[in-house]
Amino acid sequence: MSAAGTTAASVPLLEARDISASYGHVQALKPTSLHIAEGELVTILGPNGAGKTTLMRALTRLTASMGSVFFRGEDISGLPTHKLARRGIVMVQEGRGLFPQMSVRENLIIGAYLHAAEAEAQMGTVFELFPRLRERIDQIAGSLSGGEQQMLAIGRALMAKPQLLMLDEPSLGLAPRVAFEILSTLSELNRRGIGILLVEQKAPLALKLARRVYVISLGKIVAELKTDEIKSYHDLARYYLH
Amino acid sequence: MTSHATISIEPAGIRWQAMLPVVAVVVVAGFGLLSSDYVVTVLGFAFIYTIFCTGLNFFMGYTGQASFGQSAFAAIGGYGSAILCADYGWEPLLALFATMALSGVAAVIVGFPTLRLRGHYLAMATFALGLIVYEVTIEWTGLTQGYMGYSGIPPLGIAGYELVTVKQQLVALVVLALFGVAVAARLRQSRFGRALASIAGSESAALALGVDIARYKLVAFVIAALYASAAGSLFAHFIGFISPEVFGVTMVVQSFAMLYLGGIGTMWGPTIGAIIVSVLPEALRGLKEMQDIGYTAILIFILIFAPRGLAGLSALFGRVRGRVKEAA
Repeated sequence: MSAAGTTAASVPLLEARDISASYGHVQALKPTSLHIAEGELVTILGPNGAGKTTLMRALTRLTASMGSVFFRGEDISGLPTHKLARRGIVMVQEGRGLFPQMSVRENLIIGAYLHAAEAEAQMGTVFELFPRLRERIDQIAGSLSGGEQQMLAIGRALMAKPQLLMLDEPSLGLAPRVAFEILSTLSELNRRGIGILLVEQKAPLALKLARRVYVISLGKIVAELKTDEIKSYHDLARYYLH
Repeated sequence: MTSHATISIEPAGIRWQAMLPVVAVVVVAGFGLLSSDYVVTVLGFAFIYTIFCTGLNFFMGYTGQASFGQSAFAAIGGYGSAILCADYGWEPLLALFATMALSGVAAVIVGFPTLRLRGHYLAMATFALGLIVYEVTIEWTGLTQGYMGYSGIPPLGIAGYELVTVKQQLVALVVLALFGVAVAARLRQSRFGRALASIAGSESAALALGVDIARYKLVAFVIAALYASAAGSLFAHFIGFISPEVFGVTMVVQSFAMLYLGGIGTMWGPTIGAIIVSVLPEALRGLKEMQDIGYTAILIFILIFAPRGLAGLSALFGRVRGRVKEAA
């Protein structure tokens, strides 16, 4: 898809063209293109070491990258990470990236760094989605359970009022029931109009949420599939073995 | 509006315990005023170091960066005040502010390229800064009088009124130290302070939330330099004499001991650490040749049993009390 020549209605929320990244001489991400439409939930699937996290970091410029990235048709390739948040692109990193010595409240307030005036109302929305965080409001983030920490990481990202929420393996290290609970919340957020780009290893969970998936292997997107086209996991497995 | 409106972004009220350190500082200063000039001088050093360490805490504690070179800005403050007052007859207070401004500019110039470094590399670069300024104070004898040091520096004062006695100066130092701590606490609680805390917690997470970490690190570095410069100036006016040794590696080691012993990243840690590290060796004079061993043994003991510093103990007690209440 091309940003140029498209009508306003069909301009993707995010479009990456030939984005690539290297660590020294090792090219961890080969030139790759993808797009996410307004209000869409897209999943990136792939085995360990395929380049999923590098792709997310390259899109948000946490890792130096080549290629172009457009947000609603605007070229944001040269923008540093902190300016992407001002555009509404917020990422929840693998490992959650919480501030462990701070309370739940402080973590959430920092999340509203760009929207301080709306912090109180936004916190209400977060607690509506994750009531358990309200109960733990003055608890130190580092002392929360894994599931609660993930809720806090997503809640903190919501405080930044994202238009596109990017999540890197939010179910990592969580019990299946908790992982399902968290991914269901993502589905709810998507219903509320937030575009979501989700990196996930747990294919069954991811396929329940998304209507479209990208499969990444050896640093390159090897397939773009609609979830209703996937009849069995064997269809995916062959890409994993690419 | 839904129940959202009932949720406060601020924690419930300021606890009365938060004022205890202010009372403690006033009591310590009061004790000093009733004691000999020697004790007053020791306490004066403690409050000058309180200002220095409060600034260092801004950069190292709140922002999570490493700096071994803050002594350079103390030297700029100290020598700047000495030269401006002794040679050019400036008002001490005016010289203090002028050298703070100079230190701030120097911090921007040095910090802009240096703060791109991280961890050990930043530590080494700032250490080099301290060493360079130390060498300048020795070698540039035309300006600093080298090892001979600079004497004849007038005491702190304003509009012709000078704080002549050490006790008057101690009162001024206590007021300035408390003011410095209050400003730091206010900044820490602000949006700016929260941004610094996010950098200390996780730089990539802070970036992802929109925090311009390069700018904030530089501002924190400049604030630390302003505090260090003020401490250097106050030292010059308090003692009336400065030499390169005052701003050498010992100052760095001493301030680190104060910061970690008191509690890095806490509001009152620098004050507690500065008072203990300054007063303890004097309190142990009775041990004679065992004084240094006794002093270091106590420091090690404190660090083992309060690894997050003495100020961190109050948080620990708070958590224990909370759990006891919860269990009951």
